[in-house]
Amino acid sequence: MRHILSLLIENEAGALSRVAGLFSARGYNIESLTVAPTEDSTLSRMTIVTSGSDDVIEQITKQVNKLVDIVKIVDLNEGKHVERELMLVKLRALGKDREELKRTADIFRARIIDITEKTYVVELTGTGEKLDAFLEALDRALILETVRTGACGLGRGEWVIKV
Amino acid sequence: MKIPDNTQFTAAAALAAAMSPATPPEILNGAEIVCRAMKEEGVEFVFGYPGGAVLVIYDEIHKQNSFQHILVRHEQAAVHAADAYARATGRPGVALVTSGPGVTNAVTGIATAYMDSIPMVIITGQVPTYAIGQDAFQECDTVGITRPCVKHNFLVKDVAELANTIKKAFYIATTGRPGPVVVDVPKDVSMQTTAYHYPKTIEMRSYKPVSKGHSGQIKKAMQMLLSADRPMIYIGGGAILGDASKEVTELVRTLGYPCTNTLMGLGAYPATDKQFLGMLGMHGTVEANMAMQFCDVLIAIGARFDDRVIGNPTHFNAGNPTRKIIHIDIDPSSISKRVKVDVPIVGNIKDVLVDMLAQLKVAEQKPNKIVAWWKQVEEWRAKDCMKYKMGSDVIKPQYVIEKLWETTKGDAIVTSDVGQHQMWAAQYYKFDKPRRWINSGGLGTMGVGLPYAMGCKLAYPELDVACVTGEGSIQMCIQELSTCKQYNLPLKVILLNNRYLGMVRQWQDFFHGNRHAESYMEALPDFTKLAEAYGHVGMDIEKPSDVEGALKDAFAMKDRLVFMNFLTDQKENVFPMVPGGKGISEMILAEDL
Repeated sequence: MRHILSLLIENEAGALSRVAGLFSARGYNIESLTVAPTEDSTLSRMTIVTSGSDDVIEQITKQVNKLVDIVKIVDLNEGKHVERELMLVKLRALGKDREELKRTADIFRARIIDITEKTYVVELTGTGEKLDAFLEALDRALILETVRTGACGLGRGEWVIKV
Repeated sequence: MKIPDNTQFTAAAALAAAMSPATPPEILNGAEIVCRAMKEEGVEFVFGYPGGAVLVIYDEIHKQNSFQHILVRHEQAAVHAADAYARATGRPGVALVTSGPGVTNAVTGIATAYMDSIPMVIITGQVPTYAIGQDAFQECDTVGITRPCVKHNFLVKDVAELANTIKKAFYIATTGRPGPVVVDVPKDVSMQTTAYHYPKTIEMRSYKPVSKGHSGQIKKAMQMLLSADRPMIYIGGGAILGDASKEVTELVRTLGYPCTNTLMGLGAYPATDKQFLGMLGMHGTVEANMAMQFCDVLIAIGARFDDRVIGNPTHFNAGNPTRKIIHIDIDPSSISKRVKVDVPIVGNIKDVLVDMLAQLKVAEQKPNKIVAWWKQVEEWRAKDCMKYKMGSDVIKPQYVIEKLWETTKGDAIVTSDVGQHQMWAAQYYKFDKPRRWINSGGLGTMGVGLPYAMGCKLAYPELDVACVTGEGSIQMCIQELSTCKQYNLPLKVILLNNRYLGMVRQWQDFFHGNRHAESYMEALPDFTKLAEAYGHVGMDIEKPSDVEGALKDAFAMKDRLVFMNFLTDQKENVFPMVPGGKGISEMILAEDL
């Protein structure tokens, strides 16, 4: 099953490689990993999307927690949560395709953030599924490149992950 | 903004403390700080090897006298010796090596300590900060290379952080589940100066080891234990690392239940006691393995259900699905890793056992009378699975270990390398005390035996220290005979020389159609002459009737290292044996063949 793990880690050199190294050393999956400093600059927040049986997820959580730089790890799947991912897509936009691409982007509430005579760059935020659906709705031949951030998430309501 | 509590020991705080009027600031360079930190931590020995990046530190070592530096002949041995010092004393071992090859040589030692959770601090030299990343001479990414085999590591880029970082390193290495910590010190950092302040304590928001176990869980565990019909107590290396041998022994005796020690747990419960069923696992006794497999309540104390201990976990569970398991461990990630447990207790073994014993004293229920279970256990024990046939012409390796035990009155520190001799030493030397059996259980590192013996002898000069080894393993660190000469370490090397890489040959005989691919060693050195060349005493022992006398002679030479080359039976195998991937009740016994 897919799980979203949310981590608070010391914002120190090498912290990311400790986490990434642990996943590869123990053969765990990483579907996506995203990290950036928080409002407290001594801390970074990392979101890892992984998959595995309950036993595997339990082990991942315990092993990650054992890393000395990890302040906290929470499995967002343990409660209600929201998740979002950002995607940028560069599209070949010529002739009648320009209109059609604009319409499709509007339907998905995507925004065109760069325009040239021949291309669009479209920005889209949502769950991974929504981003997939957008790509499927496009003519494959028009997709020049895509980049995705990987998911990040927060617990709903009063559920706060803090030091 | 909330100030995180780990910033309280930052450079600014250190400076402020040092600058306060009560304590006039002491300005030290990085190398001096390293030496002073060792003094603060009560370090007795630093095992190491000099080189360019640590020259400034060595210059300071030359000027101080708070600790003794032991110059090894290879960095791997420095880490092994420091590791053994920690295993034997419970205090952190310290090694010091230079950058680049110094570090890469040390990695085997660090990984060995990591796998067995040994508290160590390894100071590594690094090229100057301005040269890092430039492919400088003797540069390597120490933090990157050691990351998967340390509990934690640091690169110190600012001398103001050095004292604090070393304090953190000792704190992390020795608390929680112990482990090695590397502190990488660039050469310019060792030369720069700062106001010196060594913190007395350290607090880290990201690292808070547990101590006390959950009282509800402990209560549940006691009820389960007291109502067991077929109980079994399974004691691992954690009981030794946690200095809980006394509490473990009291628990086992009070309950009257059978118990077993793992390879790493040998000595945690006295091996000569009747309640002890011998070591369990791949080369464990019939009674220990069968009791593990068929008990109804199993309590694991500081053990991790390792593959060499319980064999195939699917078989372990499927063969006895109703067995209840209680697991005490300081590391939550060790619990339910290979085997699902019913009552997990996360905590310091000693603290948890003290709580358990207190509950046991006031428990309404008394331990079950388990007469039928003991009868069954004794039936297994009556198989006498460790017996071996002794002839008059060839020396049996088991016999050497038995005589070693007698000669040393069971009171020596025994180190071993890895292979058949290791298993025989574990099986036939009856360890009654913790920290007397020093071996590489997790990583299985050939070559540890001699440097391990050095670390132990330095820690306990008054005790006999024997290194049980094979002719394969001993050659992996044999250069340390020179270190032994320099520091006059009168070890006894017990070489069980069967002219084979014995464990490899045994597996080839069992599983690879007797094809001895590269497991026979030709052109062995004349070990006696070799020992003499290094300035020690060498002995060749070829007849069973000479074994006892030779051991007595060797141990009588209190001030000499004696290298005893026992020519042993080439065909002898280690029994019982659980083949890889099998369940622990599926043992091959000597009599089966």
